[in-house]
Amino acid sequence: MNKLFKQTEFYIALVIILLSVVITLFNPRFLTAENIFDLMKSFSVIGIMAVGVLFVLILGGSPDVSFTAIAQVVEYVVVIMTLKWGGNIILAFLVAAALGTLMGSFNGILVHYFRVPTVIITIATLNIYYGLLYVFSKGEVIFVVHPMFREFANIKIGNFVNENNVTYGFTLMPLIWIFVLVLGWYILKYTSIGRNIYAVGGNEVAAERVGINVFRTRLFAFSFIGLLSGIAAIVHAAIVQSAIPNIIVGQELNVIAAVFLGGASVFGGSGSIIGTFLGIMLFAIMNNGLTLLKISTYWFNVFVGAVIVISITISAIQKIRQEKGRVKVHIDEEKAVEKV
Amino acid sequence: MTDFLRLSNISKSFGGVQALKSVDFSIGKGEIHCLVGENGSGKSTLIKIISGNLQPDAGEIWIEDHIYKHLRSIDSINMGIQVIFQDFALFPNLSVAENIAYSQLVEKKEKILNWKEIETIARIAIDKIKVKLDLEEQVSNLSVANQQMVAICRALTSDLRFLILDEPTSALTKKEIDQLFLVVKDLQQKGISVMFVSHKLNEVLEIAEKITVIRDGQNVATLPREEITNERLIYLMTGKEITYSRYKKSINTEKKLLEVQNLSKKHNFKDVSFALHHGEIFGITGLLGSGRTELALALFGMDPADSGKILVEGKEIQIRSVKDAVQAGIGYVPENRLEQGLIMKKSVGENIVTVIIKRLLGKFNLIDSKKWETTVNHWVNELEIKVVNPEVPVQTLSGGNQQRVVIAKWLSVHPKILILDSPTVGIDIAAKSSIHKIIRDMADNGVGIIFISDEIPEVVNNCNRIAIMRNGRIFKQTDTTNVTEAEIQQLVEMSGAVSVPK
Repeated sequence: MNKLFKQTEFYIALVIILLSVVITLFNPRFLTAENIFDLMKSFSVIGIMAVGVLFVLILGGSPDVSFTAIAQVVEYVVVIMTLKWGGNIILAFLVAAALGTLMGSFNGILVHYFRVPTVIITIATLNIYYGLLYVFSKGEVIFVVHPMFREFANIKIGNFVNENNVTYGFTLMPLIWIFVLVLGWYILKYTSIGRNIYAVGGNEVAAERVGINVFRTRLFAFSFIGLLSGIAAIVHAAIVQSAIPNIIVGQELNVIAAVFLGGASVFGGSGSIIGTFLGIMLFAIMNNGLTLLKISTYWFNVFVGAVIVISITISAIQKIRQEKGRVKVHIDEEKAVEKV
Repeated sequence: MTDFLRLSNISKSFGGVQALKSVDFSIGKGEIHCLVGENGSGKSTLIKIISGNLQPDAGEIWIEDHIYKHLRSIDSINMGIQVIFQDFALFPNLSVAENIAYSQLVEKKEKILNWKEIETIARIAIDKIKVKLDLEEQVSNLSVANQQMVAICRALTSDLRFLILDEPTSALTKKEIDQLFLVVKDLQQKGISVMFVSHKLNEVLEIAEKITVIRDGQNVATLPREEITNERLIYLMTGKEITYSRYKKSINTEKKLLEVQNLSKKHNFKDVSFALHHGEIFGITGLLGSGRTELALALFGMDPADSGKILVEGKEIQIRSVKDAVQAGIGYVPENRLEQGLIMKKSVGENIVTVIIKRLLGKFNLIDSKKWETTVNHWVNELEIKVVNPEVPVQTLSGGNQQRVVIAKWLSVHPKILILDSPTVGIDIAAKSSIHKIIRDMADNGVGIIFISDEIPEVVNNCNRIAIMRNGRIFKQTDTTNVTEAEIQQLVEMSGAVSVPK
């Protein structure tokens, strides 16, 4: 129990519950299955990418900011490829995953060999990936995508009817997100590569000394965020049914903020899947709540900024406390002063 | 006793610098051996050769019956040799259990983890040395001593035959050191050889069966414990006869320079009262965790006290920040000069003038380079800082010279009171006595000095009076004229006990 109260996850869950209660009081539509399904669907894209962001933050505390550009490139390329050659949705996912992995691993190699903070390298690669996309696409929007995306988006588990006689159901997009969450959780908790990511994030020198292959670990984390960005790209294409070259890029900071909120530390070595999930959910509910409460969504930006400040402050305070707590002075309450 | 490891005629040079010159060394099974030597004497090179991280240029390495011309790191580990460096190489963000089991897990190359197995590996290792550790606890929450135990447990997960501990006692309290020694003796019972690499001479004498002294890359002596005294050890390490001369100077105690009355800070220190006079060297000693450093930080305004009075030259002042302290004429040389005292990448000159930069302003409030130069040169000469020119970065200097730069920085302010926290830690013995001379010269110039150190000979020989701290309080204050080192040592160690001596 004591441990529970120390965890960031507990507090986010608490805030989510409070926020949900407040929103529901003002607008009962919030707590309907339809709204929740919808919420999860629209946040599944950044939710999937957030898992990758978490991996990179555990590894070193410095965020990868290029993942939206990776998703953007993959989305555009795969949409064009499917229009040209057809194929099916599984193949689209596979190609997307491969492309994403490739771009992600390139980041990993650069970070490892140049020993530069991830954020710096990935600002560079974000510009490269995104720039190349613009060079080749000339910024052209593709309004009609291959019908396979619509078919995929329309698959529903369960059919429900709301009070206005509109049918709705649980779609596959949030299901993929849930699958990615479970996969990420399993890797981090039960595989050696997952523990190695924590180990490298905690103390890279020590990791090398116990025989961990740091390069392989880093390459894995960066490939994984690439892979997830690829998958997120297809989910995104299915939701929006178009390919607009500048629609995903620009959201990276929100995703990173949500992951920091979920307990990742700027010093690396910490963060959890459940925290990341709750972080994204809090963002989603906040965003949705503002709409339902008819408050300007510009407030959302203020919220994101505040979240970053708060979560970074928390990890800094924790670090200071840890360092101060090393040597303790146990004060004698009994007086024992003697003078000569 | 048969030898576990034997080195013969080991030599190693780095780009023309001979780090080791035909060194012979051996350690028996279940032997506790201490390796001592000054900084740069070749100790670390020797450890790295034993651990296989460095290859010797010449010589032979015998481990039991095997001879190695090239001992690789993996061979060394396979033969059961483990080194625990000062930083312990732990993962602060992981649990005790995982930290202990990690090298085993990496070795097994299992892709999927079994948490039960991790716990079992850790439990077995912990049981071997009978320490109490919570397997679930995150390592960053442990004390330094317990972190060290985790590192030892990790070494025990393999088939440990020879454990090398690099400066294992530098951050431990007396009680924790005793606990460590118990563990080491326990390992010895199991036939494991242990080598301590240390510069704390009294501890070396307490635990070792044999002592090897290295100087300038040569093994100057390997002697059994019985044949060694502190003085002889110092002579062997430095090659010089260094005797501490007592500092005797009568001081005028009519006017108090600094008076501290009932200074307290929650969880740091309580009811601390003492006085400091012009030209006096006032020693504060005590074990790690006695509150000595906390007191210094409060006097310098870095962690201000909660209650109590501070009077400078009879006037009560408030010290709420470093600025207040500096205005009151207090200077502070921190315990950790690398992290707190110096900007390592900046030049010697820049480091010296950081606090007094405002005094160097000339026309248009720009820095007057003439003034800068004269000030820097003055202090470089005054403290005999050995540099080719003051433009070189501080990090290129030796420990002793770095410490002089920190002292110069605070002397340039012309403080009335200077607090020195462990000013000779990590400095060669020869350089130490010259730092002592600088401190005495400062006192001769009327500066009141608070000299914090846990090296008893150092405080006894350099101070007019000593305060011994324990558990956050000043437990005894005494004049140094009629006390011996042994008496003070005893008081300090007694102060480590839990009960209050009457």
